[in-house]
Amino acid sequence: MSMPFYVSPEQSMKDKADYARKGIARGRSAVVLQYDGGILFVADNMSRTLHKISELYDRVAFAAVGRYNEFENLRLGGVRYADSHGYAYDRRDVTGRMLANAYAQTLGTVFSESNKPWEVEIVVAEVGDDADTDQIYRITFDGSVVDEKGLLAMGGSADAVTAALKERFDPGAALGEALSAAMHALAHENGERRELDAANLEVAVLERAREHRKFRRIQGARLNRLIEEGRGSSPSPSGGADSGGSDGEASGDQEPSA
Amino acid sequence: MSQAFEGGRLPAAYMNPGPASFSEFLSAVHPDLLPRWQDLPHGTDGRPLTPEATTIVALTFPGGVVLAGDRRATSGTTIANRDMEKLFRADEYSAVAIAGAAGIGIELARLYQVELEHYEKREGRPLSLEGKANRLANMLRGNLGLAMQGFVVVPLLVGYDESREAGRIFSYDPVGGRYEEHRFHSIGSGSVYARGSLKKLFTDGLDEGQAVTAAVQALYDAADDDSATGGPDVHRKIYPLVDVVTEDGYRRLPADEVAAVAEAVVAGRSERPDGPTAPID
Repeated sequence: MSMPFYVSPEQSMKDKADYARKGIARGRSAVVLQYDGGILFVADNMSRTLHKISELYDRVAFAAVGRYNEFENLRLGGVRYADSHGYAYDRRDVTGRMLANAYAQTLGTVFSESNKPWEVEIVVAEVGDDADTDQIYRITFDGSVVDEKGLLAMGGSADAVTAALKERFDPGAALGEALSAAMHALAHENGERRELDAANLEVAVLERAREHRKFRRIQGARLNRLIEEGRGSSPSPSGGADSGGSDGEASGDQEPSA
Repeated sequence: MSQAFEGGRLPAAYMNPGPASFSEFLSAVHPDLLPRWQDLPHGTDGRPLTPEATTIVALTFPGGVVLAGDRRATSGTTIANRDMEKLFRADEYSAVAIAGAAGIGIELARLYQVELEHYEKREGRPLSLEGKANRLANMLRGNLGLAMQGFVVVPLLVGYDESREAGRIFSYDPVGGRYEEHRFHSIGSGSVYARGSLKKLFTDGLDEGQAVTAAVQALYDAADDDSATGGPDVHRKIYPLVDVVTEDGYRRLPADEVAAVAEAVVAGRSERPDGPTAPID
């Protein structure tokens, strides 16, 4: 009978965390930020149908980076949880905090109990009655939850993207300006400066003023209009992006990470 | 939902692909949440247990559809409720109204709302209008046993069909038979009178405002001849509910707009109690 090698818990956790971080870093980034009318979600996503940003419930939305099949499972679980809870009680009783907790417990369990951690990082955001009651939760692969204020970036090069986003972030900005700030930040992926356009952006908002379901995707002509609007108001378009960015994109798409 | 999740995490069944239907998901994972009407002993007459919701009318106009309902619910000869809501926003492009056993109808409508939204969130796109109509028929079929015991409930579904750029109306029978209605339809105890009224008032070129007035006139005629249908109650300020679905989505008309229409209809009836006349030839 062969004995398995002894691996200390510290080492095992560290290996798992490294593994998860590497997986997440392979994918492209997403940002979440407040604007004057609610919360804006922008993800660098080539696919128009495999979403990184989704609606969970009336005031609550979900964004994720990492491995698609894993965060899609989480999204589905969240939708079912929210719908069951809202049906059993009332629509007002479904909150972002509740969903963030359920995700944190789920990811925490997977991280500590299974050999392979899930290579995902997710955001649950809830739009409140005013900007002060907005809630943005970041949940990482090991189940830790952070209550973020105003903005956050996750995925590939989250630090560079966060730094770039902070330069332009203004919670009182109009949607066009906020989108321009998000695009400016996402262009800082992997140290390269890429030109982003409507074709590789997934954009959605939680609109405070909207009735019933506040989640709305922004695509097609409306997205193009907003990008134009944002260009008009931004200090100077970054420009000078090398075409190497788009080549990297094509090969990046071969990865299982969406 | 009755017991907390183990360790607060999402149960595995929540994250399996499973059915796209919310009610099927509930029956597999949380059967306790679904209405348990099936447990009713056989051969009992349950009718006194829940009031009856009465008259609903619907009519199309170019580019949309109007759904309206009176506010009365009756238990035998007693008025059980004067300001009941029998119309429900089903989703962004459809609305559903119920007539018959109120308690069951309201629960059916509530579950149907979640059903449509759940599908849309899960699949990333809404059901087609035909798909919504079929799903409602399917849910109604589950109620057949109760219908046999007197709990008859029939919904009326209206929606805007984006592919045809037109409003459409679907009616149902208690066993789940689905019928598409053209131009106008009415269900409930006063529907015979309301339909007669709409027959004379409806023309193909109505605009939205005229369609709303025609619906309120038809409800007035129903209340005129059917004791279970409530007419506009000017003293208590209780007026019909009116929903409009167009290309721009679902809209419940504000109470003051409906009040203005209903008061004009009531004023007109003081001149001519039988309402507007249609040309004979």
